[in-house]
Amino acid sequence: MNILQFFKEAFSSLLSNKMRTFLTMLGILIGVAAVISMLAIGNGATASITSSIESMGTNLIFISQNSDVSNPEALTLSDAIAISDANPQYIAAVAPSVQNNMTATYSGNSISAQVYGVTPEYEYVRNTPTSEGSFITQSQVDERSTVAVIGVDIAEELFNTTQNVVGNKIRLGSYVYTVIGLLEEQGGTSIGSSDTQIFVPITTAQARIISRTNTHNEVSTISISATNSDDVQNAIDEVTKIMQSQHGILGDEENDFTVMSQESITEAASSITAVLSIFLGGIAAISLLVGGIGIMNIMLVTVVERTREIGLRKAVGARKSDILSQFLIESLMIGLLGGILGILLGAGISALIGKIAVFSSTALNPQISLSSVVLSTLFSVGVGLIFGIYPANRAANLEPVEALRTE
Amino acid sequence: MEKNVVEARDLVKTYQLGEIQVDALRGLSLKVKRGEVMAIMGPSGSGKSTLMNILGCLDRPTSGQYLLDNEDVSKLSDDQLADIRNRRIGFVFQNYNLLQRTSALENVELPLRYRRDNGNNHKEMAAAMLERVGLKDRMNHKPFELSGGQQQRVAIARALITNPAIILADEPTGNLDSKAGIEIMQLLLDLNKEDDVTLIIVTHDPGVAKRTNRIIHIIDGKVEK
Ligand SMILES: Nc1ncnc2c1ncn2[C@@H]1O[C@H](COP(=O)(O)OP(=O)(O)OP(=O)(O)O)[C@@H](O)[C@H]1O
Ligand SMILES: [Mg+2]
Repeated sequence: MNILQFFKEAFSSLLSNKMRTFLTMLGILIGVAAVISMLAIGNGATASITSSIESMGTNLIFISQNSDVSNPEALTLSDAIAISDANPQYIAAVAPSVQNNMTATYSGNSISAQVYGVTPEYEYVRNTPTSEGSFITQSQVDERSTVAVIGVDIAEELFNTTQNVVGNKIRLGSYVYTVIGLLEEQGGTSIGSSDTQIFVPITTAQARIISRTNTHNEVSTISISATNSDDVQNAIDEVTKIMQSQHGILGDEENDFTVMSQESITEAASSITAVLSIFLGGIAAISLLVGGIGIMNIMLVTVVERTREIGLRKAVGARKSDILSQFLIESLMIGLLGGILGILLGAGISALIGKIAVFSSTALNPQISLSSVVLSTLFSVGVGLIFGIYPANRAANLEPVEALRTE
Repeated sequence: MEKNVVEARDLVKTYQLGEIQVDALRGLSLKVKRGEVMAIMGPSGSGKSTLMNILGCLDRPTSGQYLLDNEDVSKLSDDQLADIRNRRIGFVFQNYNLLQRTSALENVELPLRYRRDNGNNHKEMAAAMLERVGLKDRMNHKPFELSGGQQQRVAIARALITNPAIILADEPTGNLDSKAGIEIMQLLLDLNKEDDVTLIIVTHDPGVAKRTNRIIHIIDGKVEK
């Protein structure tokens, strides 16, 4: 028999008992659907995390405290000043910031906001342009002005509008701040979106926003912009050298600060999703194993039921290998069909979740990768084959006389 | 001598059922000439089906020699036996043994599928054969849509499709009423005349046996003289 005929026969044999065929492939189907949709959602989540990190700019560098070291020296404004005063070759701008979460109120409306104390450089380094009014200026920093630049979500929540909000007075803690600028909308709910942030002069924040235990010179993060994205590593080296001398760290001592590029954060995010993928892969393996055992089970039953047929085929000239191929191809096709239907179902689930995400304005766009489709198909076929070997072998080794005698 | 399609010498077949030994054949010898129509009779359990299985290369004798067309088949491998069954032997069973989900045409075609050639006129050959057994207008019927006699005709067409040297029919009329039985018998005899195919028929029916050239009786695993 040629291979095409084997497939034809297997297909019509599967068709002749549709319900059983469907139930047999159910394990594979559900397993593959779960894997496809979970991976798609994982991909979507990674993509939106990565894009929100990348939207910060590819030449961005952060310095933060290294809490793995005992008694780390705090980052201070002087560190930031030292970096810019060193006239570094690869650094375009330095923007220290302090941060605290506070409730902002305006005539009965209130919203919880991330309040940042910043310098004018922040606008350039972190790319937070204003759509109305202007960003914090140096003189406002010098004078510790009680002024604020707010994100669109804040404006929407406090004033119920994003038009003509400059000049309004909002309350943060026990102080009143004049709104001097509205940030351009970033959209989505991507992590670190400035839409829910409020910016005030860093000096004002150090005096009034951050908790009293902090000395007034401390900053939470220093954001740095490298001169260009190819020089990020050079900029990191420069910053590290300056910071080491600022904090009096000798050559082989561990740094009490961390310098990270935007790229390394992206990598960290990807490594989290890699772990997620391994986890999903484990679930996939288990469900495929269960699906495979299901196939084996039914194939064994099928072989018993069709013993007479096997005997007859042998009587008219089927070789062992013919019977083996026949049953292997059947179980392979069950695997393949289960895989294909699973991929379709998984695609459906992903699309549904994408719709729900859009509906609830969550930045999640599930993406089915070609590799996950190819892999699931191969896996399903492989499972069908492997778990078909034992039943097919049984069928092939039946003695023709015995097989013909069974009722 | 070379005219013998079947030449069996001292065939012994012993089944081991745990402690008990069952001697189904006890040194049976037999010669059948080409084109002969032979009936095998004998009481139940005397070894008729056991003999047919060995003659049909479905089973191997415990000892003894079996020459099919002067070729000793006792030493052949499973695959070689499969090919011999495919090309030189046609089986007709008491219970027809048709594939239930498959049309008459495809049932007849089945042996051709296991033939290791690339002939692509299998459908036409099967159709012609069905026409010969008088089922031209039933080709696409499934077995459950056919009467017992018609099913046996399909089985006979399947046995003949590979143009075998012998047809082994183990109680071919056993499941049929006498009218259908006579028709099937007539069909087999006609085919024997037209194709010169050797016919070996196991039967309990003296009426069937009477129509053959030669009757042998098997008792306790031996041919009764
Ligand atoms: N697979 C087997 N295992 C054990 N004993 C067997 C087997 N096949 C046949 N026998 C025994 O061999 C003997 C001959 O059996 P066989 O089927 O050849 O009889 P038979 O002449 O065809 O009988 P019937 O006319 O009833 O069909 C019987 O005693 C039977 O029980
Ligand atoms: Mg019998």
